[in-house]
Amino acid sequence: MQFFGGSEISPSPPVPTASGNNGHMIYMFNRNGVCLLYREWNRPLRTLNAQQDHKLMFGLLFSLKSLTAKMDPTSAEKGNLGVPQLPGQGCSFHSFRTNTYKLSFMESPSGIKIILVTHPRTGDLRDSLKYIYNLYVEYVVKNPLYTPGSPIRCQLFNTTLDQYMRGIA
Amino acid sequence: MAPVVPRSGDSIFANLEHVNAELFTLTYGAIVRQLITDLEEVDEVNKQLDQMGYNIGVRLIDEFLAKSNISRCVDFKETAEVIAKVGFKMFLGVTASVINWDADGTSCSIVLEDNPLVDFVELPDNCQGLHYCNILSGVLRGALEMVSMKTEVTWVRDMLRGDDVYELNVKLLKQVPEEYPYKDDE
Repeated sequence: MQFFGGSEISPSPPVPTASGNNGHMIYMFNRNGVCLLYREWNRPLRTLNAQQDHKLMFGLLFSLKSLTAKMDPTSAEKGNLGVPQLPGQGCSFHSFRTNTYKLSFMESPSGIKIILVTHPRTGDLRDSLKYIYNLYVEYVVKNPLYTPGSPIRCQLFNTTLDQYMRGIA
Repeated sequence: MAPVVPRSGDSIFANLEHVNAELFTLTYGAIVRQLITDLEEVDEVNKQLDQMGYNIGVRLIDEFLAKSNISRCVDFKETAEVIAKVGFKMFLGVTASVINWDADGTSCSIVLEDNPLVDFVELPDNCQGLHYCNILSGVLRGALEMVSMKTEVTWVRDMLRGDDVYELNVKLLKQVPEEYPYKDDE
């Protein structure tokens, strides 16, 4: 995409597959737990109301991140479990997979968390998550009408995101 | 997957869209001029510039992280190096250097020899207390706060006041780790 000034900064989306949209849902949270974005393309079952769903997702990731950092066999410093960590510090998990879905996760040092739930045979989505972070920067952060820390209501961002998601294998 | 290599300031700078340097300088000058006319008090103008910088910094950090692929810095020393070498290069096109580390590594000075904001500028006598580039200190403060560092940024040397370089003192007050934001009552 032209505004990134060069294709080596972010990967160009792969060729769209015939099966259509493979992404199921995307969540974006900021460091205070505010759900900035939630979009779904394919979610057959809904068990909780939206608020609880977001809190559950955020809590899950917070705990998983804390746990994976503490269990790191290569890191020197080990505080007690539950001691808050700086975002981006220590190792962080980047995906987990069940037999029905795969959840991919990325957190920036500024606390922006991007979660993508896709079908289970998806490959490594870390580059895609970085690309989505770049989209967030271009369409949302640079938008003067957007207040940081509030839910994203930007039509252009949603459209571009949908288009990109259709191209992810 | 190949490991992600942080990109150097030069390569990112070369890839971004550039705006005309004079347009940038003159726009900034117009902003400062208007603030002085509206607020009249030099201290108020300094505060307002800092606040504007803070608002910019809060958004700038995401752009910086996205374009430079830098992962979290291990300590404040690395942070200061990254700001000087990658950050300033990427956004202003100038390279800064870091000097004067204090004993526990929480305070340092970033030195800028060249500053695009102040081309063509001279401070008149009635504005001697003005920190013309105070927006930069706000930007640093805002950006660092979004990566959990509370800092205090002040100007030590200012070329508009007769010194030979621009020197910003950045002092780390504390690191604020992430806390679980929801209360447990629900």
